[in-house]
Amino acid sequence: MALFSPFVSKPDTVSRIMFKVLLALVPGIALYVWYYGPAILVSLTLASLTALGTEALMLKLRNRPIAPFLKDNSALVTGWLLALSIPSLAPWWLIVVGTAFSIAIVKHLYGGLGNNPFSPAMAGFAVLIISFPVQMTQWISPHGLGAVELGFLEQLEYIFLGVLPPNVSLDAITMATPLDTLKTRLHLEEPIKQIFAMPIYGRLAGQGSEMVSLGFVLGGFYLLATRVITWHIPVVFLGTLFAVAGIFHLADPLHYAAPLFHWFSGAALLGAFFILTDPVTSPTTYKGKLIYAAGAGLLTYLIRVFGNFPDGVAFATLLMNLCVPLIVLYTQPRVFGKKGERP
Amino acid sequence: MRTLYQFHGGIHPTGNKTQSTQCPIARMPLPSRLVIPFRQHAGESAKPLVRAGDRVLKGQLIGMPDGFVSSAVHASTSGTIAAIDMQPIAHPSGMPDLCATLIPDGREEWVPHAAVDYLGSDPAELRQYLRLSGVVGLGGAVFPCDLKLRPLRGHPNRSICTLILNGAECEPYITCDDMLMRERAAEIVQGAEMLRFMLEAGEVLIGIEDNKPEAIAAMRQAVTDSGLPFEVIVVPTIYPSGSAKQLIRILTGLEVPSGKLPTDIGVQCFNIATSYSVYRALAHGEPLLSRIVTVTGNVRQAQNLEVLLGTPVQELIALGEALPDTNRYIMGGPMMGMELASTDVPLVKAGNCIIAASDKLFPPAPPALPCIRCTRCAQACPADLQPMDLYWFAQSRDFGKAQAFSLFDCIECGSCSYVCPSHIPLVQYFQFAKSEIRAREQEKKAADHARERHEFREYRFEREKQEKAEKLAAKERAVREAVAASAATSPQPEIQAAIDRAKEQAATVEPKNTDNPTPQQQSEIAGIEAQREHIRELAKSSVEHTKD
Repeated sequence: MALFSPFVSKPDTVSRIMFKVLLALVPGIALYVWYYGPAILVSLTLASLTALGTEALMLKLRNRPIAPFLKDNSALVTGWLLALSIPSLAPWWLIVVGTAFSIAIVKHLYGGLGNNPFSPAMAGFAVLIISFPVQMTQWISPHGLGAVELGFLEQLEYIFLGVLPPNVSLDAITMATPLDTLKTRLHLEEPIKQIFAMPIYGRLAGQGSEMVSLGFVLGGFYLLATRVITWHIPVVFLGTLFAVAGIFHLADPLHYAAPLFHWFSGAALLGAFFILTDPVTSPTTYKGKLIYAAGAGLLTYLIRVFGNFPDGVAFATLLMNLCVPLIVLYTQPRVFGKKGERP
Repeated sequence: MRTLYQFHGGIHPTGNKTQSTQCPIARMPLPSRLVIPFRQHAGESAKPLVRAGDRVLKGQLIGMPDGFVSSAVHASTSGTIAAIDMQPIAHPSGMPDLCATLIPDGREEWVPHAAVDYLGSDPAELRQYLRLSGVVGLGGAVFPCDLKLRPLRGHPNRSICTLILNGAECEPYITCDDMLMRERAAEIVQGAEMLRFMLEAGEVLIGIEDNKPEAIAAMRQAVTDSGLPFEVIVVPTIYPSGSAKQLIRILTGLEVPSGKLPTDIGVQCFNIATSYSVYRALAHGEPLLSRIVTVTGNVRQAQNLEVLLGTPVQELIALGEALPDTNRYIMGGPMMGMELASTDVPLVKAGNCIIAASDKLFPPAPPALPCIRCTRCAQACPADLQPMDLYWFAQSRDFGKAQAFSLFDCIECGSCSYVCPSHIPLVQYFQFAKSEIRAREQEKKAADHARERHEFREYRFEREKQEKAEKLAAKERAVREAVAASAATSPQPEIQAAIDRAKEQAATVEPKNTDNPTPQQQSEIAGIEAQREHIRELAKSSVEHTKD
């Protein structure tokens, strides 16, 4: 076998990079379990199994080697991100359908690893929220906020069989998300102060969910420190979200929540560090990353506040995914020894 | 303190240089056979001046530079030429090349040689002298040194402001320049002064990476001792700082424009080993006969050897004592070197390092995965390119796009491949794309040439046809005019006479005796007619007979 230079390489692999992403999700998941109980672990397991199974099936159908691709951990990242984006108490088939769609349609039908134009997890999320809006609202209440709290076995029974313990209604164990609640109640002309006085709100945003978001920030710092991601997307995305939310909040504090509320609500921090930074579906140039992140920040806010969906990260991501080729084309950096020339 | 500049990207591979700097440069024993290729430089092969059976002296010119970009080749020692033929050489294609096989006689008998009074010589003469001394760039490109010393044409007012001596030696494992600077700093500095004189350059900067403190100290000492106003500048260790364009950027902040030469921005750059060769050539009259080679890697004793050009690589390896698990050999460094198909190849002017490699030392890369556009390659690229895009264009054979995205600004340093987490051999894709584009351009040129010739041929035919037609028309016109002229005057008497004669003749050949035959003739005619009638009847009866 002829070997070519360079004969040395950095001991970095796709598998290791994806593993670091999974590792970075762990603090957020741990806090999720702490505040919401272990149901999320069930969704994560279901997502992992579906992701790996679909990946293997698609590789086989496409006549690709299975082992090296299964070991790259990229399917697991998709599965985990989707599991973290949907209600953990949703019926088991919801995450299975979503993950299978993400891997089979969004990833493999576009050419598999490295070739998908859309973020698989977010496209899967979009399909689920459009197709199964009811199941997608079954957000479990954090500890101490629900009328009733289910044990792990009872949660399992509900996820897999759809059976609740006698005398317990679904409403007693689930709730609308803090973002959703805010939007609905603002529509009902309730003053914002009164809304935030509700027990589901904590210091910055939702009780519990703000802490899970904090866990994602920790993981994000780990990704930055290990150079899996660069600062461009998280900083500019969060900066834009903060700026836009700040302008509205300053102009009309009675109807628009503070910027920090937007940071710590919904999928903003998960998106900033884990979803928008997906290398495959984000721009490759630094300038492009800035434009992409700013666009995503603006769209997230607009969809959240003026759109029909409770959160805007998924749709903002998908819309910006669409623009990536154009953004990359117009943000090519200057080549060494060339002045102002663009391809 | 001089301000240093940075270039974008770069990588920090493990140096692995200390192994081969433990002992001083050793002289390689005279091998039993030398194979000296006639092309050891960039450009045209040298023309052989000797034949099999000739006795040659050490330093004797055996290959004459042939062509503008070419250099001379010399007998590395005294002995007998055994053959002039095609021999395997260290080239990625594995193609053999014309070589002289020299059997040394062991006497090391020199041709007469003497120092050149370079200060009293014309630079053009000195350049010719260096060309005939076979001095080429020893940093890797082996470009004929004399060509880099030419005055700048078309820039009468511009001159070389800065002469840079490249002592960065950024490739891992290689230490030949390091050791040369440690041991022969004074000669290098003198060589630099000669280069400066020939270029009429202003300042002289000597760039050395900070992982070579001994070399830096030795060079500083040599500069101080020489009293020359040269500056030894310590640059940070980052690969590829030893690439000329990148080193120029670090030291001067200037970028060599794409597709241009350093001289276009008033800078010229030589490797320190080239400077040493220039010194040997001018101060001692010695052509380039040997070079320092690092023998390292999976060997018992890594070291630097002064090796005669043409020495078989396997003898170098034998001297280094490769460890048993060695399974391949690399010529050059691990970043840009090439694996040798065979060790039965000669060491040439470009051969700075031989690395014995094993799978433990250089584990084979795992199978390549698809690109995930992580942009680590773009972050590492010292030419500010977007390797992941170029890879995409190269693999989809979209060569036009690849060129538009500055493929030819790639210096093939291998930084992108080094950092790629998908282990894609990016540099090979770029080399492939470049060679395809070059081949296509050549084809296009040939086709253009053929078309031009064809079009000219058609044009010529057309022109000739037109010219003929014009000539004919002119002739006709001339005749017609002559006739008209003659008609205007009286017809010529001779012609008239000829016409009359012809008329007379025509009258005499009119048929006779058809109107009034004589009786004898009439009876003859009747007889013939009767015979014909008889024959007709016979024929009729025979036809009827056969019908029955």
